[in-house]
Amino acid sequence: MKKGNPVNSTENTKQRVDFLNDPKIRAIIYQIAVLGMVGLLGYYLFSNTVENLNRQSIATGFGFFHKEASFEIGESLIQYSAADTYLKALLIGALNTIKVAFVGIVLTVILGTFLGIARLSTNWLVSKLAAIYIEVMQDIPILLQLFFWYSFFYDILPPPREAIEPVKGVFMSNRGLVFAVPESHPAYKYMAAAFIAGCIAVFFVRRWARKRQDKTGQIFPVFSFSIGIIIGLPLVTWLLAGAPHKMSVPELVGFNFQGGLNMSPEFGALLLGLVIYTAAFVAEIVRAGIQAISRGQTEAAMAIGLKPGQVLSLVILPQALRVIIPPLTSQMLNLTKNSSLAVAIGFPDFVSVASTTINQTGQAIEGISLIMVVYLCFSLLTSLFMNWYNKKMALVER
Amino acid sequence: MVKSQKHHIQTEGLKAPVISIGLLQWIKSNLFNGVFNSILTIVMLFFLYKIIPPFVKWAVIDSFWLSTAEQCRAGDGACWSIIPANIRFIIFGFYPHELHWRPFFAMIMLVSLLLYSKNRDYWKKSLVYMWIAGLFIMGVLMKGGLLGLSSVESDQWGGLPLTLMLSFFGMFAAYPLGVLLALGRRSKMPAVKTICILYIELIRGVPLISLLFMSAVLFPLFLPEGLTINKILRAQVAIIMFTSAYIAEVVRGGLQAITREQYEAAESLGLNYVQKMRLVILPQALKIVIPPTVGILISAFKDTSLVVIIALYDVLKTTRSALANPSWMGFSPEAYIFVGLIYFVCCYSMSNYSRRLEKELHA
Repeated sequence: MKKGNPVNSTENTKQRVDFLNDPKIRAIIYQIAVLGMVGLLGYYLFSNTVENLNRQSIATGFGFFHKEASFEIGESLIQYSAADTYLKALLIGALNTIKVAFVGIVLTVILGTFLGIARLSTNWLVSKLAAIYIEVMQDIPILLQLFFWYSFFYDILPPPREAIEPVKGVFMSNRGLVFAVPESHPAYKYMAAAFIAGCIAVFFVRRWARKRQDKTGQIFPVFSFSIGIIIGLPLVTWLLAGAPHKMSVPELVGFNFQGGLNMSPEFGALLLGLVIYTAAFVAEIVRAGIQAISRGQTEAAMAIGLKPGQVLSLVILPQALRVIIPPLTSQMLNLTKNSSLAVAIGFPDFVSVASTTINQTGQAIEGISLIMVVYLCFSLLTSLFMNWYNKKMALVER
Repeated sequence: MVKSQKHHIQTEGLKAPVISIGLLQWIKSNLFNGVFNSILTIVMLFFLYKIIPPFVKWAVIDSFWLSTAEQCRAGDGACWSIIPANIRFIIFGFYPHELHWRPFFAMIMLVSLLLYSKNRDYWKKSLVYMWIAGLFIMGVLMKGGLLGLSSVESDQWGGLPLTLMLSFFGMFAAYPLGVLLALGRRSKMPAVKTICILYIELIRGVPLISLLFMSAVLFPLFLPEGLTINKILRAQVAIIMFTSAYIAEVVRGGLQAITREQYEAAESLGLNYVQKMRLVILPQALKIVIPPTVGILISAFKDTSLVVIIALYDVLKTTRSALANPSWMGFSPEAYIFVGLIYFVCCYSMSNYSRRLEKELHA
């Protein structure tokens, strides 16, 4: 009897709980309400859209992919003409976005790291200049900076006839930046192959060296070996192929340059704007990352007899990178997303090609969803990479 | 006696060498400490020498301030005259010329309200009423149609008032929405959580420009026939949608930083969910995330400039229109520097304020 009592009382209270006061049931009711509202809103918008599309007789679906695009694209990595399909035009837009994002990210990381270290310099002048750069560039909208650089190319630089030649073989004019490049030769293809082979070799040698060090304690000079292989292999290939050294130098023919590699004002302005803007944010991230490592770490590493290079690569960098990489990835993603502003200065990136497509076909829903899906893919890939990297670098605690 | 004398003699004798005090010492330890730094300083000074004098010559010595475009073209210096010649268009856009005093006073009111609200001692209920009254008066000033003010349609709004309006209301409306989304994302109800995660990640994954395109082209398709919302409001909605997702992520960070004990203590006091969040969790969480929130507000302010692309006349677009005028063509660096200064002053004071607030809250 005594034993049964508490059981009974809990049963009683369970029964006494009002149906609506049970948190589980309430949660279900709330969720049904939220889902219902979202569903209703979605249905309302959807039915309106269908009605509007019917009334304005706008086609739906992605049938336009295989129609002729009939617009030119200023620059593309692969062959393209106005007779090609919309699908190909969009592909070229995506490639252009990837191109500007890739080059931009590489340059941004270099400039940003440099500025972040300069900000921490003991040299007062260098540190203050870096601080001014960071503060000013962070506070001016990227679009304004893009317009500024675009006008720099078009309004300030002279026409090709009076092009400025800051370094021999490099010409700056309002048609963009032209510079000399080595003339194409099969040797360069072999060199690229040799470079890749070198990288693969280094990868395996490093693994082997680490295993050997774990087993025997002997240190293999991985760094100098890697440098030697990565630079040496292509160099040997170049010499074996007969050391071609003919350059394609830009020359003024008529109103424009021929030969050399041309960087259009649009691409130049976009790249300059993105790199200069994003580098200011990267610099702050790098500074914070370096400052997060206490001085004691450096001193301790030196005390156990590591060389300065080893202190950096074995102690400081692994810790600093752990702080730096996550925000750095999000800045890279920002740069990629900001590259969509190319549409404002006429560089044919994905958004710009898609918006031309929208204007020509009138199929705004498909066009805008395409833009969103493509950028979502970029974001997803980046965050997948980041998660993988975070796992790799995360603190392994005992 | 002897001791003190000895002491006295020592201090007399140990006068610091000239090189270790004052300006010289400062220069030595800050600019020439070590070979590398000395070289760096010299290189930097050389670059500054190469850049600053020509810039000063261009921007100040040879510049024109109140001349015509032709006089500018004849000279070599900066043509700042483009600013005074077009200032009313750059600042007010297509707002009727004789009514410019109205947006002017509205802006003055907004700025003085913001400056007044800076001081934390004034953060009381009365401030909220002041803001409501202030916003109402600003709305009347801009829109007219009341108190004998003639009505001005919102498609004539432009320039700096539009920039300020888009960013201010963008932040104002995005903040509560962001907090709700963050709470939703932390919720234990799977349906609510999924919807919030989908929304936040979707918005954060796409560029703002795609949302602005959506507001310009797709929103009219979403609405029933006959119902139209004007372009500014549509862009405003897109900005709010975008900013709220970013605020949600920041607030979520703050919520995660609150320890379990706080939740449990609030629950053991018998507070329900709303009370628990409003009285215990949110005040602490939002305080932690003030600095990143201001960072988001600053980028939201800068991002309003993107409405240029959907052809709204914010301050950047009016500047570009002024530059498109054939007589002022080619003076874009001057005009862009001017607009850049406006943005810089706003953003810099915001970030400075955030730094100060952070210090005050820590103390």
